[in-house]
Amino acid sequence: MLSTIIFIIIAGGALAYAGYQFNLVRQNILLASDEAIEGPSGERWKNMLLVAFGQKKMFKKIIPAVLHFILYAAFVITQIELIEIFIDGVLHKHRFFASSLGGFYTFMISFIEVLSLLAFVATVIFLVRRNALYIPRFSGPEMRGWPKLDANLILIFELILLVCIFTMNGTDIVLQNRGEAYYPATGSFAVSGWLGPLVFGNFSTATLVVLERIGWWGHLLMVLWFLNYLPSSKHLHILLAFPNTYFSRLEPKGEMDNMPAIMKEVKSMMDPDAPMDEADMSEELPEFGANDIFGLNWLDTLGAYSCTQCGRCTEQCPANITGKKLSPRKIVMDVRTRTEEVARNIRSGNEEFCKDPAQPLSKDNYDDGKTLWDYISKEEIHACTTCNACVEACPVLINPLRPILAMRRHEILTESAGPADWLPLFNSIENAQAAWSMGKSRKEWVDQ
Amino acid sequence: MTVKTMATYAAEDKKPEILFWVGCAGSFDDRAQKVTRAFAEILNKAGIEFAILGDEEACTGDPARRAGNEFLYQMVALQNIEVLNMYEVQKIVTACPHCFNTIKNEYPKLGGNYEVVHHTQLLQQLIDNGRIKLTDTDSFKGRRITYHDSCYLGRANGIYEAPRSVLESLDGQLVEMKRSKRNGLCCGAGGAQMWKEDEPGDKRINMERADEALATGASIVAVNCPFCLTMLTDGVTAREKQEDVMVLDLSELIIQQM
Repeated sequence: MLSTIIFIIIAGGALAYAGYQFNLVRQNILLASDEAIEGPSGERWKNMLLVAFGQKKMFKKIIPAVLHFILYAAFVITQIELIEIFIDGVLHKHRFFASSLGGFYTFMISFIEVLSLLAFVATVIFLVRRNALYIPRFSGPEMRGWPKLDANLILIFELILLVCIFTMNGTDIVLQNRGEAYYPATGSFAVSGWLGPLVFGNFSTATLVVLERIGWWGHLLMVLWFLNYLPSSKHLHILLAFPNTYFSRLEPKGEMDNMPAIMKEVKSMMDPDAPMDEADMSEELPEFGANDIFGLNWLDTLGAYSCTQCGRCTEQCPANITGKKLSPRKIVMDVRTRTEEVARNIRSGNEEFCKDPAQPLSKDNYDDGKTLWDYISKEEIHACTTCNACVEACPVLINPLRPILAMRRHEILTESAGPADWLPLFNSIENAQAAWSMGKSRKEWVDQ
Repeated sequence: MTVKTMATYAAEDKKPEILFWVGCAGSFDDRAQKVTRAFAEILNKAGIEFAILGDEEACTGDPARRAGNEFLYQMVALQNIEVLNMYEVQKIVTACPHCFNTIKNEYPKLGGNYEVVHHTQLLQQLIDNGRIKLTDTDSFKGRRITYHDSCYLGRANGIYEAPRSVLESLDGQLVEMKRSKRNGLCCGAGGAQMWKEDEPGDKRINMERADEALATGASIVAVNCPFCLTMLTDGVTAREKQEDVMVLDLSELIIQQM
């Protein structure tokens, strides 16, 4: 009875707190501007199934793809075991499904165990790859500190979780073999069937009973802790990869978002009969593009929260390859960091963040004296060739190019700044409708 | 060469099969002008009735838009659309993947809807349906040709096979660079980089790509974009390989064989 109450308090509390945190993440993502989702949902489901569920894009690199797929499959399949843990926990039973499922139960747990063993090997290889081998995409200035620790913590906790699973099952098998009444026969599991007796065979029954509980609770607590760790970790991709692939743009990669407000203004300039729009004169100058997360779209912030910092984008970026400061991964990471900062400040209710002190603090009345430019330099933004290599590389369809272009738009349209090299280009297009002012006819080539 | 403008066609109360959108590079850049001539000559030889806009053509606005200058983009784009719609243009071919991308993907939102093909796609069609007859394919025998995917034809629009199919119709040996198709490396010119100095770094992007092209041992680097043409030519020249390796647009390769 007491264990049931403790279980419900811990599991219920952890789930509730995770739910609260996920809702905060959702609110943070929606701090960015709204964006209509258009296009056939069939195509979107297909993207999600192939890219998130099927991990299609991971298979460009076969070794990490296979290792990652093992971890992913083990993670998904282990959730079945978690269902039983919850039922056992609430009803105070032991291996609730064992008797009713019979041989199928043995098969299921064995299947989980084989995947878990493979996952253990994969995790160790991942740790070695990250820490002992030099894999360029795992380094880079943006990976120092927390991102590196975050990556290692996830792998270490994965190992602890797997040890808990094998401890739970292995001790159970030994207790079953000793004919302990509380541990009904489940049949021999594929891994702990031999690993259990090998490791725990000489332990006393009392020790085994305690170890079995440690394994059981350990498994549960790791999962609950993990769930609450996700919202502040790069590992959030295990959940957000699904909405991010579903919502990712269906348009050709080369198509930039139109800016209807500017289109309207230019159209009315070109149309001599258009009525003068005088109402706008008194209002604040409009902001174009993005110098902060509010000017980005929620797909960009969703992307930022979906990023697991694998660096495939940066690895493919021609600017980064040739030593420029631009790293698409850093852009995406910076968008998340800035989103977190803004969200934290708004939630603090602190009046010093109000743009207009007379009004309550909100995302529309917010100014902390900082912008995305405090995180992302103009040099980075100017280095982009808009080649879409980063967009193509992302295994979860994040688009790092969009925030870059939105920031370029802000720099040119709102700040009237930008690289001096571009001034002749702009002047030439404006005055001669050509990218170069040559003072020549466009038909010159015909008569050469 | 005789090339008629849309205005001439309109004066004759006729319409061409297709509008050849030349673009700024194709109009003004000395090297790209040669590509323009080669492609126009192919169209003439294939008996295709085409027209250009001539001085009624304006920059599509691609570099302005990608630099962030939406205002300027809208100005020239809307002006172009007005001209194109006035002539009731339906089909457009261009030898520039940036113009191709902008007109095909971005003009519809501004009220310009046309069927747009890139010249490498049209070349493939014309070879496939026999309107281009290649006579002298022997001159490529045994020569290695490598193909550089431009970002705006490749990743931006997913066109990888048409240009390769055109190259395969030559008798040369097509060799791929390490990074090709979806993983192709940019020449460094896109996103209005053509008009500015590289940001500080270890190497110019065009050098990185030129080195990769040279590593294939190819004697011909085939391109589909006037900016790639400039960037890779500069890269090959900087490595002093311009005597052994030619950087050529696909239409220049085809016209040699017609």
